[in-house]
Amino acid sequence: MDDIPPYPPIDPTTFDLIVIGTGLPESIIAAAASTASKSVLHLDPNPFYGSHFSSLPLADLPSFLSSHSTSPSPPRSPSSDDPNEFSLLEFATRPLYSFIDISTFSPNLLDQHSRKFNLDVAGPRVLFCADKSIELLLRTGTNQYMEFKSVDATFVGDNKGNLWSVPDSRAAIFKDKSLGLVEKNKLMRFFKLVHGHLAGEQDVKISEEDLQSPFVDFLNKMGLPPKIKSFILYAIAMADYDQEDTGVCRDLLKTKDGIDQLALYNASIGRFQNASGAFLYPIYGQGELSQAFCRRAAVKGCLYVLRMPVTALLVDKDTGCYKGVRLASGQDIFSQKLILDPTFKVTLPLGSSPPLPLKEKLPFFSLKDDKGKIARGICITKTSLKPDISNFLVVYPPRSLFPEQVTSIRLLQIASNLAVCLPGMFVLYISALCNDDDQGKKLIHAVMNTLLTVPLDSESNAAVQSETAEIGSAVQDETSESSSGGPSDSGEEKPTLLWSALYSQELTLGQVDFICSTPMPDGKLNYNDLIDTTFKIFQEIYPEEEFFPETSLENPEVDGDASPET
Amino acid sequence: MHGRPRKAPKPEEEAASVAKAQKLHALQTQFFSFHHNKIYTKEAVELSAKLLEINPESYTAWNYRKLAVEHYLSQPDCNPDWIKSFLDDELRVVENALRQNFKSYGAWHHRKWVISKGHSSIDNELRLLDKFQKADSRNFHAWNYRRFVAESMKRSEQDELKYTEDMIYKNFSNYSAWHNRSVLLSALFEKKAEGFLSKEKVLPEEYEFIHQAIFTDPDDQSGWFYHLWLLDQTVTTDSPLLASSWPGHGYDVFLVEDRCYNGSAFSPFTALHSDSGSFPIVLYFNQPVGGVSSSTVTVECGFNKNEDLLWKPLSASNSQTARVWVAHLKIPSSDLLSTVEVSVGHSKGIISTRGFEYSHPSMFSFKVHVQPMERDFSQVSVAESISLREENFKIYGSQSEESIINSFNQLSIKNGHESTASNWRSEALAKEIECFRELLSLMDCKIGKLTLARLLMAYDVMSYPFANKLVHSEEVLELCSDLMKLDPTHYQYYKDEHSMVLLQKVTSSKESLLQHCFQYKDSVSSAICGPICLRLNNLSLSRMGAFEKLLWVQMLDLSHNELQSIEGLEAMQLLSCLSLRNNKLRSLTALEPLRKLKLLRVLDISYNQIGDHSIDTTRYLCSSPLSHSVGSESNKDETVTSDVALIDNWEAFYIFKDFNLNQLEIVGNTIADEKFKSVLVKIMPKLKQLDGKLLG
Repeated sequence: MDDIPPYPPIDPTTFDLIVIGTGLPESIIAAAASTASKSVLHLDPNPFYGSHFSSLPLADLPSFLSSHSTSPSPPRSPSSDDPNEFSLLEFATRPLYSFIDISTFSPNLLDQHSRKFNLDVAGPRVLFCADKSIELLLRTGTNQYMEFKSVDATFVGDNKGNLWSVPDSRAAIFKDKSLGLVEKNKLMRFFKLVHGHLAGEQDVKISEEDLQSPFVDFLNKMGLPPKIKSFILYAIAMADYDQEDTGVCRDLLKTKDGIDQLALYNASIGRFQNASGAFLYPIYGQGELSQAFCRRAAVKGCLYVLRMPVTALLVDKDTGCYKGVRLASGQDIFSQKLILDPTFKVTLPLGSSPPLPLKEKLPFFSLKDDKGKIARGICITKTSLKPDISNFLVVYPPRSLFPEQVTSIRLLQIASNLAVCLPGMFVLYISALCNDDDQGKKLIHAVMNTLLTVPLDSESNAAVQSETAEIGSAVQDETSESSSGGPSDSGEEKPTLLWSALYSQELTLGQVDFICSTPMPDGKLNYNDLIDTTFKIFQEIYPEEEFFPETSLENPEVDGDASPET
Repeated sequence: MHGRPRKAPKPEEEAASVAKAQKLHALQTQFFSFHHNKIYTKEAVELSAKLLEINPESYTAWNYRKLAVEHYLSQPDCNPDWIKSFLDDELRVVENALRQNFKSYGAWHHRKWVISKGHSSIDNELRLLDKFQKADSRNFHAWNYRRFVAESMKRSEQDELKYTEDMIYKNFSNYSAWHNRSVLLSALFEKKAEGFLSKEKVLPEEYEFIHQAIFTDPDDQSGWFYHLWLLDQTVTTDSPLLASSWPGHGYDVFLVEDRCYNGSAFSPFTALHSDSGSFPIVLYFNQPVGGVSSSTVTVECGFNKNEDLLWKPLSASNSQTARVWVAHLKIPSSDLLSTVEVSVGHSKGIISTRGFEYSHPSMFSFKVHVQPMERDFSQVSVAESISLREENFKIYGSQSEESIINSFNQLSIKNGHESTASNWRSEALAKEIECFRELLSLMDCKIGKLTLARLLMAYDVMSYPFANKLVHSEEVLELCSDLMKLDPTHYQYYKDEHSMVLLQKVTSSKESLLQHCFQYKDSVSSAICGPICLRLNNLSLSRMGAFEKLLWVQMLDLSHNELQSIEGLEAMQLLSCLSLRNNKLRSLTALEPLRKLKLLRVLDISYNQIGDHSIDTTRYLCSSPLSHSVGSESNKDETVTSDVALIDNWEAFYIFKDFNLNQLEIVGNTIADEKFKSVLVKIMPKLKQLDGKLLG
């Protein structure tokens, strides 16, 4: 903290709301509060926007991850009381990332151009063309600060390196070469049923009983073959856990939820004329989203200070109520409300009774510690995983890579035309939910081993090799009889890995206490759940305010046909 | 564009359209004055452009512009550069008009006209089309224009075929694209282009392609249409074939000039009574052909000169192509046994309507016996009437009859070479059948059932000469009955199909046909062995078919069916006695096919619906006695035209005047009142009996 340049004091010193951290939920709340005419101070200890939702240059990513990986130093002393009427509660940081494993196979090339990369910390992530994030962008006019491009296709991968295109529309089913005629017929009829159900046609209504039953049972009832079931469950409805193994499944989809997911997917395809697929990706990376909402907040009068760590919380000596924060510059700033990003936690002095309103926890935000972790991987290559197509999503359904795989693994390849890497290169984002680091590591390595060639000239490489060899042999046993055929066997070169980062991330949820904290990036592909949580946090702190009221007059640029430019 | 709901106009939209109309009116008035005065100044031409931009439907304005272009092009001082820029302006006007209305016939036509002047870049047209077709991929104007452009720039059919494929991949619900595909493939087949030499190789791939569409969405009909085209390509042999004839090969024909022959000497199947001094030879082809004449068909016999024979097409429309052709031979005067040899297609000239040459020369021969007239009997026969009542029929029991087998067997014109060539066809059909059985096992799909029925029938017909039995007819009949219930809107169509299949089935074997053959013998008849009557009554037939197997029939009972039409019956040239009692014939014009039956003497059309429906649209296609087109006929017409009753019933006159009926039953029709009957008697002076009453 010594190298932080001295800051001029912030004036005024009292705000309605202080937000610390510029991750997406914080940025949206800052923008929403500013729109509701609250005075907002938005601080971030980092020199960039986005916190855990940012897109970082290649060289900055490892340091960001490791700075959030160490256990917090214990509070220096039970907070020394200031001479004034406040007690100080020191901030501690939470260790959010673990098992950080960076491998560089082409150091010269990448180091020189570190700034040409914009690597998402919370990848893989996309926006569905019809999801809540797009609605929010359009409604708030934030889309004017961003540009998007279409993610062109979704594939389902298998352990032989094949990528099967997901027949997600009538035209795609027609064109698909891997489905048999009967499968095509069944799949299309299922889509029609869902479509008819959603359109409210009487004769195709899905019964309430079916809607409440597990989605996988419904798919079985419809007589869909396993391959198609897998497409629908994991590549369209984006289920995380093995839906057919209730022992391990933590997110068993109900038919109702499955149908809603299909509806979202369906509404996304063809929503924007120049987006061929269901998904969008922002040019310059996902970090742009946070930044765009910050700009939106700034327009509404929100005050921004980056590179400004916060050291302690100011609490009323008598009531224990929150009063303000002490900045690293030593200045005390006061506000009615505070939003903290999940990096921070407040350490209560031992033996002291918690401040009064602390016990009033809200049920839906209660911390669930059994949520586990999410393993993430970022790989950089010089060749696309699939010729002719550069931006696409790959889903590895549970058990598709090895028998013990209980969660889906998702991979997003983004090319340089989205300004995330050097021209001619590709960034692969991989993620999977897991219980612990070892399991996560195994999942990410399984995908890397299937799709990539890992050079042998790095030390950290050895670990990858032995790990993948182990998985590889397990896979071999499983499928040895069916290992012939498939595109990868025809001698095509797998892309060679240039650089990789593997890490596990904690999944913390939003929290509303006497202070509110925002959630970490979740394991989903889009931001729907995060936006829901953000909305609830906003409602909690400002129950009387509307979340971005509809005011078309106020922002004349946002007219009816405003759409993300792609 | 498709799928755009129509909305009620908002008030401001209505106001805008009123303003547009006013503006248009002013422009139009000005434009017409320029047009009438043949003013082609720059200002005048620009005005027409303005008009067309608002209203691309103004044909007059397009024509005016054509005149203007011609006017400027005929100027002596115009140079090529100037012409090009002038025509490019013209294309811009069209483009603007098309932006206004993409479906303007006038605009598309004008564009073709400008392009065919040959001064403009054709490549640019293809780019424009790509843009247009992206916006509306099914628009047939654009596809039509595309064909024009592709032809003008000599773009290969293969490239265009690829284009249809791309469009179909974008959205396979595209009639225009599938249609264009069939057009292109036909052209490639005809050219025998590389890779398109044999349908055998190409069609299976196309089947595979269309299956993707049909299975993905069986409710989408665009694919089914293409499938129907493929089926047609598979089933139809290019060159026409002779399907059957009368007399058939090896027949012994007994010609009698009197009905009351003593039948013990010869078969009732091949004995023909004729009072007109001639007998017909009928050729039945598997598809309509033209060019049948004494030079393409040679008839050699001792008693007629081939050159004298006049071959006539038998078709409802008076076209020069038909499936059935007839010529009449004079009956030899002596009772000598003579052999007649007929050879078909030994010299070129018989060509199908699709333009394919008859390429399987064939020959058949038969013997003719003449039975001398027996005067005594003929005296009796004058008063004799035919009564097609149940008690007058008895089952034809002569199982040992040899000649009947000949009657069923088609001409053996198929040889070994051809059967191997058509192997792939039946294989393709078998594959399709399997495929659609699978589809139907997945879901109930009416068009799938219809297609399966068609496939099964086609398969049976194709393998018929070898299998000698229609294996699938029961299944097809079931499918048709199913469809009648499933899809009541098209009930009549399925009913017709059902009738055709039923007739195919009845005529497919000697055994099944014999069940419908009865010997006619009434109580007053003096004949020992009466004629054979084919009774296809009470089968709820809505349509008549299988004529190629029924050319020999002289007495036909179609009573108690649901016939609305008897189209095709003209092929049964030997018919002398026909009952259509208790059917659903609605008009006299429905009897038109009977006009061609020269031997018809007894006709029963009682208890039909003739006259129930006052409007008979086909009536106006009959030549009225008032029109001059019939003036060339006999002066008998002259006398009838003065008769008011005949003028009111000109279609009766048109239909019945050529009949040579002895006996007619017409009771039970709305039209058949006393007045009408008197008209009939006038039209047919030879009629001896009407509704059971002897005529003076």
